[in-house]
Amino acid sequence: MNQQERIRVLIAKPGLDGHERGARVVAYGLRDLGFEVIYTGLRQTTAQIVQAAIQEDVDVIGLSILSGAHLTLTENVIKGLKENQAEDILVIAGGIIPEEDKPAMQQMGVHAVFTAGSSIEEIADFIKSTKGESADD
Amino acid sequence: MARTDSWENLVKGVINGDVRLMARLITVVENRQPGWQEAMKRLYPESGSATVIGITGSPGAGKSSLTASIALKLAEKNLKVGIIAVDPSSPFSGGAILGDRLRMQKLFTCEQIFIRSMATRGMLGGLCHAARDSARILDVFGKEIIIIETVGVGQDEVDIVKTADQVMVVCVPGQGDSVQAIKAGIMEIADLFVVNKADKPGADEVVADIQSMLELSVEADQSIPSVIKTSVVNNQGIDELVEQLLQARQKGFLSREKESLRIRAEMKTLLEEEIFRTVSRVWQDNEILEQLVMEIRERKNDPYSAVQAMMQVYKSDKN
Ligand SMILES: Nc1nc2c(ncn2[C@@H]2O[C@H](COP(=O)(O)OP(=O)(O)O)[C@@H](O)[C@H]2O)c(=O)[nH]1
Ligand SMILES: [Mg+2]
Repeated sequence: MNQQERIRVLIAKPGLDGHERGARVVAYGLRDLGFEVIYTGLRQTTAQIVQAAIQEDVDVIGLSILSGAHLTLTENVIKGLKENQAEDILVIAGGIIPEEDKPAMQQMGVHAVFTAGSSIEEIADFIKSTKGESADD
Repeated sequence: MARTDSWENLVKGVINGDVRLMARLITVVENRQPGWQEAMKRLYPESGSATVIGITGSPGAGKSSLTASIALKLAEKNLKVGIIAVDPSSPFSGGAILGDRLRMQKLFTCEQIFIRSMATRGMLGGLCHAARDSARILDVFGKEIIIIETVGVGQDEVDIVKTADQVMVVCVPGQGDSVQAIKAGIMEIADLFVVNKADKPGADEVVADIQSMLELSVEADQSIPSVIKTSVVNNQGIDELVEQLLQARQKGFLSREKESLRIRAEMKTLLEEEIFRTVSRVWQDNEILEQLVMEIRERKNDPYSAVQAMMQVYKSDKN
């Protein structure tokens, strides 16, 4: 990779929960591992997230959801990306997501679901390896 | 799939008003990926109609908040707005938190407004190019007013605002000698001063400080820049500020002299970048580097000669 290239990640919090801590920890953690992280704050609509991702030309959207509405919110983001021919943007999710919902989310097109036990390194490695693969083809 | 778009396609996208392709071209140009120069060459003749506003001022002064308020007002007047918001890269990891969008949420789904966050990336003059080139892309894309929000520290600052048509400096009350803190080099090129957070005590004093400083420093034949009090939280002074910016825009174009200076400055920084890139290719040739470092450690060589030797490699590389 060119020295000047950086993986760009949008960390977004859709929906109404007001807990920012997890999202911030991930944002700063990824920054410390060399990523450029666009942080947009609380209570984003899914339309806002899709537009921000396109304008920022991010490689990855990381959704942090603790409200329990992860299925609907994620589905809307992925639908929005498709409508804008932006489905090549990687979508990952984190927060409070029950084990039994993970298959449904993956079905929708979420590339990975990270929950409380995941380390930042894990997330970073996943992004790097997945992005590396898609760059090869 | 779209990741492998050719520069020709991306340029076509910009001209046809495709947001996604335009955003992607900004990435290619920012990264200096193959084709970036061809793309910029192709776009240059089409550029030159947008007004670029540079906003500077210390971190926390309210630059992002003001940018959001200004952009909304401009959009209400049916103007198309592009925003480039710069934040610093971490010198340790090279990563960055780009947080200016936090203050701009209201603008995300406004079709007339495009926002791009950008990290300084610490390359020699690098940011300056990326911001200027991105502004140029937005210009060809059809944005009429482009706002560049800078970090508020460092030399990059001065370089970026020098590329703007109008320079706005944001100060706030309660920062001690905030007026004294205005960087040398910025003062001279400011077109407009804004005292933000006027809802807090002390704003009038800051206005008075700036005015007296301007009286001292502005030459008799120059026009004195305006000083405007604003409060983003109370929506105070924003209309006046936007009026000022639009009036200056109407008055329009740079003198030929100023434009020539600016073109020279751009060429110089591009040339420096080109040389820097070539030199760093030599620098990254680890075998040579290791060899030299070893020799210097053993006092068989010295850093002065080593650097000259590297220049030789660089010169012979070119032939
Ligand atoms: N009281 C007050 N706070 C403001 C005003 N404008 C911005 N702020 C706050 O100042 C902080 C920094 O603002 P921001 O726009 O991010 O500043 P920047 O770092 O210069 O871009 C935020 O908490 C804003 O909400 C204002 O007019 N009055
Ligand atoms: Mg800011």
